[in-house]
Parts: sequence; structure tokens; C-alpha cells
Amino acid sequence: MSHHQLDARRLLCPMPVIKTQNRVQELQPGDTLEVICTDPGALHDIPAWCRISGHELLASREQDHDIIITVRVGNRD
Amino acid sequence: MTTQRKAVSLISGGLDSMLATQAMLDQGIHVEGINFFTGFCVEGHTHAIRKKDKAKPKRNNALWVAEQLGIKLHIVDVIDEYKDVVINPKHGYGSNLNPCLDCKCFMVRKAHEWIKEHDFDFIITGEVIGQRPMSQRRDTMPVIQRESGAEDLLLRPLCAKFLPETLPEREGWVNRERLYDFTGRGRKPQIALAAAMGFEDFAQPAGGCCFLTDAAYSNKLADLWHFRGEREYEIDDIMLLKVGRHLRPRPHFKIIVGREEGENRFLEGYRKQFTHMITTSHPGPLVLLDGTANDDDLQLAARLAARFSQGKNADSVRVELHERGKAPRELDVTPLTSDEIPEGWYL
Repeated sequence: MSHHQLDARRLLCPMPVIKTQNRVQELQPGDTLEVICTDPGALHDIPAWCRISGHELLASREQDHDIIITVRVGNRD
Repeated sequence: MTTQRKAVSLISGGLDSMLATQAMLDQGIHVEGINFFTGFCVEGHTHAIRKKDKAKPKRNNALWVAEQLGIKLHIVDVIDEYKDVVINPKHGYGSNLNPCLDCKCFMVRKAHEWIKEHDFDFIITGEVIGQRPMSQRRDTMPVIQRESGAEDLLLRPLCAKFLPETLPEREGWVNRERLYDFTGRGRKPQIALAAAMGFEDFAQPAGGCCFLTDAAYSNKLADLWHFRGEREYEIDDIMLLKVGRHLRPRPHFKIIVGREEGENRFLEGYRKQFTHMITTSHPGPLVLLDGTANDDDLQLAARLAARFSQGKNADSVRVELHERGKAPRELDVTPLTSDEIPEGWYL
């Protein structure tokens, strides 16, 4: 299991979701991915995408103008 | 044991695709959603940029619909491939720069490629005959089937009873009797079906979900193509057309003026790519300059920047100018008066 980062700053939704989705496809179940975004829409969209895709939202926080969302990759169907 | 058939549904985030999908789920079909991001989708962007819209819900309706339906959603970035649809639409544009019929053919073609790659059986859409003047007419329905290559693998559950049988119906995967016969622009049958299916909340985007159907946006895109001398665009171009006031005082340059804090912050992300300026003697917006500008042009742009600052009535306003590749410098200018800004400069 490994930890990864994705810089999605300055991208507007749904691009942070698309980047997260594409990156998660390359990872293994149990890996974690920290996504750094600036679009506040990501605070809603990435958790929603996790819920319908079987991944786990571990944390989301705001730091200055950045939004940092951490996802644990779920099992493949 | 019978095989469970699998369909991919084009999910826009609106009501029709939601109902079409539920109709298939009710018939025991395994459905996953697909949503194509073209760069022109109204969804999300404008709300995300403008601070005044901060209180509005920022949900992505396609994701929200998928969650209500309990299905997976695949969001696909088609920004680059989509350029050809916008720039060279075989079937032309609607009332603005909206290539709706070519767009629908493109999306169904992409969905057809997707089902072949993922071993799915057919495609569904929420199309309704007569719903849209360009892409959802009785005579354009077969055009989409043919030009997308999907042919009879494309099922439109909401108006299927008016259309020839598709493969899923002929093979008995789907019961045609349980499909619908909706037509026209009225929404009553959809709203009644939504209630019958137990949906209490759904998005009803007024005027569509694409910036290309918007006259003001299309005018700015047409201006961009005209003055660049070519019908091309990059993603940053089409994003910037959604933000700020755009004025073209000279054919060889335009300025983009942030209208509020959220837009100014968004425009700040483009400072390295553009000559830009900001008033320092008075609070004012960030102004980007797109094009080429000599000293007279820069002076004019600075006077415009001053006009949109809180020093618009002052005798002199100091503007900090950042030209690409040069050290910043300051200009002291007299703000333009509103009479000195012709209406034709505004895009």
C-alpha cells in the first residue's frame, strides 16, 4: 500500500474529479491518494464520486486557498 | 440462468437521462453512466468562480443523478476531440455556436466505443422526439444512430414507442411495452414519471447545460476566432470566455476585467501567461490583456483598468503594469469616462 499525491489546483470541476478518477485507476486497492484542489466544487464532487465508485473518503480540509482531499482506493469490482 | 445485460447511459445531470436510466434499471438491466466533459459544460464552473455564487449548491448534477440512481458514473475528458465538433460541425450550428446534432452524434459514438471496450451490450439516452429543435427531432434520430455507428444498439426509452425496434427490444432484453411515448417540449409526462419513480428532487437546467447555446458566450468565441484569424481554441481560451468583462478596444488586443474577488482570484492564475495590470493607488480589478499592444495600447488599457477601479472619478490613477518578460512598471493615467468607452468595445 502506498501514498500518492495529485495536484489539481486551478482546475475547475469536473476536471479534479476526472484527474482523481484516472489516477485511482492506476493505483491498487488500499493505496491512498491526496488530491490538492482550489475549486470548492471538489469538496462536494470528489466525495460524491467516491461514494458511487466504492472508494473511501478519509479526510478533507481547507488550507489557505487549497482544498486537500484524501481518498483510499476501494476494491475493484 | 439468463445473462444480465449491460447498458451505458449518457447522463447529463438532467431529468430525462435520469428517467431513461431508471426505466432500464426497473427492467433488470445493469446500467452504468457516462458523462462527457467538453469544456463548454455549464456545470460547476461558473458557480465555482464567482464569489457571489458561493452560497449556491456546487453539486455536479451528473454525479448527483448517478448517486440517486445507485449507479457508477464514468466522467470522460473529451476536450481535445471535441474541438472538431465545435470548429467543423457537419450539420452546422443552432441559433448560436451550438453544434447540437454533431455533438449528439459525437457523444453516442464515444459511448459506442466505450461499450465495445468494456463489453457492454447497448447504449441508452434520455432523448425525446421534439424536445430540442436541432438534435431531438424525428428526422434526426436515425441520423444519430447512423453517424455514431451505434445503429440499433441505441435505445431511447422515453420515446421508444415512436421509433423502430432496437436490438435490445428484439432480443427481449428489454420489454418494449414498458417503454414510453413522450414527445414535444412539455415536461408534464416526465414530471409525472419522476413522481411515479419516487424522485422528489431533480435538476431542470433552463436553457441547456452548454455554454455554446448562450448568445453572449458564442459572441465572445466568434470574436476570438475572428481576431486570431483562425477557428481554433485551447482549454484556457474557453475557460476565460466564461469569466470577467471582455472589451476589445482595438482589433489586435482585448482586455479581460475581473468583476469581483472570485473572478480576480481565478484570473490571477493566468498572470504568467498574459500581460496584466492592476491599480495600486485605488482598489481595482485584475486586468488581463490578450493580444499584442504597443505603448499607446498599454496606455489605453491602463485607462480602462482605472475606469473599472474605485478611482474611476479620480484625476489620476496609478496602474502597475506587468508585461510578459519585462520588469513591472507604473503608469499614472486618467481614467476613461463612460462616454469614452464605445458600446461596441464590450463583447
